[in-house]
Amino acid sequence: MEMLRFATVGSVDDGKSTLIGRLLYDSKSIMQDQLESIEATSEARGEEYVNLALLTDGLRAEREQGITIDVAYRYFSTPRRKFIIADTPGHVQYTRNMVTGASTADLALILIDARQGVVEQSRRHAFISSLLGIPHLVVCVNKMDLVDYAEERFDEVCADFSVFAERLDTREITYIPISALVGDNVVDHSDAMPWYDGPTLLEHLETVEIDPEDNTAARFPVQYVIRPMRNEYHDYRGYAGRVAGGVLRVGDTVTVLPSGKQSVIEGIDTYDGPLEVAAAPMSVTVRLSDDVDVSRGNMLVSTSDAPEVSQDFEAWVCWMAERSELTPGARYSIKQTTHSARAVVRSVIAKLEINTLAEDIDAESLALNEIGRVLIRTTEPLFFDTYRTNRHTGSFILVDESTNGTVGAGMILGALNPESDYAV
Amino acid sequence: MTTSAPPELTHLQVLEAESIHIIREVAAEFEHPGMLFSGGKDSIVMLRLAEKAFWPARIPFPVAHVDTGHNFPEVLDYRDRRVAELGIKLIVGSVQESVDAGKLVDETGPRMSRNRLQTPVLLETIASAKFDAVFGGGRRDEEKARAKERVYSFRDDFGQWDPKNQRPELWDLYNSRHRVGEHFRVFPLSNWTELDIWQYIAQDGIEIPSIYFAHQREVFERDGMLMAANDYATRYPTETLSMQTVRYRTVGDMTCTAAVSSEAATVEQVIAEISASRITERGSSRADDKTSEAAMEDRKREGYF
Repeated sequence: MEMLRFATVGSVDDGKSTLIGRLLYDSKSIMQDQLESIEATSEARGEEYVNLALLTDGLRAEREQGITIDVAYRYFSTPRRKFIIADTPGHVQYTRNMVTGASTADLALILIDARQGVVEQSRRHAFISSLLGIPHLVVCVNKMDLVDYAEERFDEVCADFSVFAERLDTREITYIPISALVGDNVVDHSDAMPWYDGPTLLEHLETVEIDPEDNTAARFPVQYVIRPMRNEYHDYRGYAGRVAGGVLRVGDTVTVLPSGKQSVIEGIDTYDGPLEVAAAPMSVTVRLSDDVDVSRGNMLVSTSDAPEVSQDFEAWVCWMAERSELTPGARYSIKQTTHSARAVVRSVIAKLEINTLAEDIDAESLALNEIGRVLIRTTEPLFFDTYRTNRHTGSFILVDESTNGTVGAGMILGALNPESDYAV
Repeated sequence: MTTSAPPELTHLQVLEAESIHIIREVAAEFEHPGMLFSGGKDSIVMLRLAEKAFWPARIPFPVAHVDTGHNFPEVLDYRDRRVAELGIKLIVGSVQESVDAGKLVDETGPRMSRNRLQTPVLLETIASAKFDAVFGGGRRDEEKARAKERVYSFRDDFGQWDPKNQRPELWDLYNSRHRVGEHFRVFPLSNWTELDIWQYIAQDGIEIPSIYFAHQREVFERDGMLMAANDYATRYPTETLSMQTVRYRTVGDMTCTAAVSSEAATVEQVIAEISASRITERGSSRADDKTSEAAMEDRKREGYF
């Protein structure tokens, strides 16, 4: 069975948790004991409807305040697909948790309240989804029951959103009018909106194309060197890792970075037997025909299509620290694929004004939940692709070495020539 | 040279690849990792994934088990056999020893359980083994507080989880940095569901303890659940024993894990049964979750898995 990971995003109170509750309920994925538990809670609180949001708002503080603070993951499957849902928080102050949930998604599902229309947070989350390279966006115009299921209102919201969306990188955008509360067009087609003849949300999720990761160049970051130290496998040396792009085949010539040495793939091993070919996102162990020096943090790459190798690059950075800002000169620990190094911020080129997507080139720092283009230099060369080309080899995190907190999420735009580009 | 196309991956292969990646990251980045292994189905699958991650080498870390003294003997037998087969070290933290030494005091009466006593023994085991990362077989689909937890779940030097202040966790780039005394709980099975676990057990032909399959057992009914006759908790006068055909859906302590009525005697029959079930595994078999709506969150804050 195929698996689709999607994230629900959008402003607070647009009904994300309710929609997931509805999706689970109408696809019969909610169990009896879970339903009884939330029915009892809803009734005790004097709520008019069974509060489906209680299914995902699992923390005490969330249930008390009626908001989502952190990502909740939910799972369901239909005969066609298995789904992993990341239900992300809508509050601006929890944007970093939204980014956590959306970073691994194949599809983002953005909710917009039909009464409110496109608000700042819808734009913010749509932009972040696009920045994170999520190829598919589904715009659910929710609460259609509160605007009398009016087609005109749906069209207005869609038109408004599509003006903004022209500036996004998202490959495909689908619009669906729904009511999560009563279930229109979530799993079942709505009788109240005969004017809509597109798919229901679930039909769309079941049929949207999942993008393969093997159409990029071969990338294999080495995680762990396997030396069995037992008689049976005395001379065995294998490089364990997860294919981060493209396809590896026995007999392929690969280049080891950073040494630049070439070798040939002698075998691709797994516990379940040898393979002739491995593709992203498989975890395998690769043996090379030459005795070359390879360790964790190195990368085996396609010899004909190698990644950038550079200490200097430009990246989008989403800043996530509460107590400190990203400022030029600041030093962090950086992790990109299996490679850890240290990094210094050379400069902040621009900060993004999310509402307008305008760039503020006078900005000199990034505060919590702000996003900007930043120049970074690392203590040793990294091997990377642009994030647009490869989400695995183009992403990195920055870690504050004093608090050990994950403070920045980075998406590489490209390598820089240190001589010319630092004139900035 | 072959030009064969890469295989289409099933959801089990994708989940397996993700779990193996996590296990290898931990082995590479931590000094003293350890894996909890109870002999329950989730930890059995987790241990198999660890075996796969390092094959043909041995698993490069020990396994640990908190033995409450109220475990099912069939499960402990399985645990010991599996550990011997893999040639790895087993560390046992014993609740009974802590009770005998007077460090912990047992609850008494029909509702007695050692569920809460597990936490201090677990924390002591982690400290004495100097574990800086401990793998657990927890799944996000099990329970609503677990659904919120990161794959790398940071614990402070008291072993506590702070659910309102979790580190961001982007892509598959896990941040392993911590200070001395702090540690991580790591959940490689985060994205697996109960059904995935069973499908994987079927696919790989993994042996599991006999109590997961239908068998005859002396049970009594409490709160709508079937509890095994045991020597630890007393029964209320109305709770009478009867012989029934049951199986276990989850395996924990005898005092807090209930059996379900079942005729499922094979993995395939179990899969058919849970596919049709309208009740979650914890709802059908865990008395410990029923104490309050946030029981799991509260226990996790104290250092529970």
